Amino acid sequence: MIRLQREDFDPGIELASLGEGNPVIGGICTFVGLVRDCSAAGPVTAMTLEHYPGMTEKELARIEAEARARWPIEDVLIIHRHGRLLPGERIVLVATASAHRQAAFDACQFLIDWLKTRAPFWKREEGPAGARWVEARAEDDDAAARWREDDRKE
Amino acid sequence: MKVLYFAWVRERIGTDCEEVSPPAAVGDVGSLVAWLRNRSEGHAEALSDLARVRVAVNQEAVGPDHPVASGDEIAFFPPMTGG
Repeated sequence: MIRLQREDFDPGIELASLGEGNPVIGGICTFVGLVRDCSAAGPVTAMTLEHYPGMTEKELARIEAEARARWPIEDVLIIHRHGRLLPGERIVLVATASAHRQAAFDACQFLIDWLKTRAPFWKREEGPAGARWVEARAEDDDAAARWREDDRKE
Repeated sequence: MKVLYFAWVRERIGTDCEEVSPPAAVGDVGSLVAWLRNRSEGHAEALSDLARVRVAVNQEAVGPDHPVASGDEIAFFPPMTGG
């Protein structure tokens, strides 16, 4: 399931309902991304997330479908916020539920790696020197590239 | 066709959306970019280096050879930085 929203979310409530009533699930893996108060460019006092309505939902659905094709996932939840956020606030939640932990861990890491480089979101940081658009990081491209198309397990 | 701009591409061009009618010779992303650069200084600057800008046609990421046609929704934006 994909959710895009301005509001915060409660990871405990979200995890409690993930795969609820499905006794096949043996483990849930979670990633929660937060706004930091500093970046490579300096101190950060706020961050605004812009996105491309329509394409964002489609791209996240494509990424979820790819994860489900690669791993035996029982349930997936991706929540991504947009709008202006302050340091310490939650940005994103990725949670995967599977019978065994390895698929849940791998699929969760895959989802956040692909999300960062493929879902149309852009971060604009505010700091003492003004606002700046965050540059894409080569490390994120490298992380996403680890999950190549030809690694797909049928 | 409808052209959308996001993040610093939007800021440099000065609008988030415009309706354009390029000549029939504009048949792919590359030729559309060349045509859009002539619309204003902001367009020329924002779209000067295609290595720094990503393109989507009808909400799907594509390369410079991808065809474009009237009725399409074309978007230009920097590399993604979500998550």
